[in-house]
Amino acid sequence: MKLEEICSVLNGTVVCGSDRADREVTHAFASDLMSDVLTVNCNNLLLITGLANLQTIRTAEMSDIDCILFVRNKSVTPEMKKLAEELGMTLITCPRTMFRASGELYRAGIKPLF
Amino acid sequence: MSFEYKVQGGDFTHAGYASSQVKKMLKQLGVDNTVIKRVVVCLYEAEVNIVAHAWDGIINIVLDTDSVFMKLTDNGPGIPDIELAMQKGFSTASPEVREMGFGAGMGLPNISANADRFIITSEPGRGTTLEITINLNGTAA
Repeated sequence: MKLEEICSVLNGTVVCGSDRADREVTHAFASDLMSDVLTVNCNNLLLITGLANLQTIRTAEMSDIDCILFVRNKSVTPEMKKLAEELGMTLITCPRTMFRASGELYRAGIKPLF
Repeated sequence: MSFEYKVQGGDFTHAGYASSQVKKMLKQLGVDNTVIKRVVVCLYEAEVNIVAHAWDGIINIVLDTDSVFMKLTDNGPGIPDIELAMQKGFSTASPEVREMGFGAGMGLPNISANADRFIITSEPGRGTTLEITINLNGTAA
């Protein structure tokens, strides 16, 4: 599913990397615990999280994750945007809870890791 | 090749900088992506541990044709019971560290799972040293 379609499903907004919104993801992983994120191994993965700080971006970098969806209307700071831009990531925010966002994306065809 | 990075305790703004630099370097050298991932997961977890628990620390990276050797030495409170610290879920992290998405007792087990060789030594009241080796031929941990 393209990131722009994910935005449409979740009433989301691309806040960084809008020129890469046609990027495709096949799987998603939802967590606020960054050490858990570091254990995953999957290409074309969307990270769904309510944790919005610089370490979220760094953790995604280390995990080879290029797309992050921030739920619960979390704010993306200018520092986060700058780092994400440098790393070529796409960041999306949406008003949904993590549970609802995950459910709607699962229903739309995004696969879980396990 | 060898590299050295300084890490400041409590500085979550720059936590991960060394790991990011090492990742870029390994990519430029054409190291296998699976190996790079294991290196940076180990290094990032260890780097965050210094930021989260110690006053400061030094990261030394030695890259040769067969392996990446990472030695992280910190000045900090040390670990009184290493066996306990290695258990999944055990943590002494502060609420501030937990707010950053860490401190759930996963860091050292994650390092152990990804490293080909992992040695941890500590002196309570002085600090902790991690020695992590990852083989470049992709040997499983």
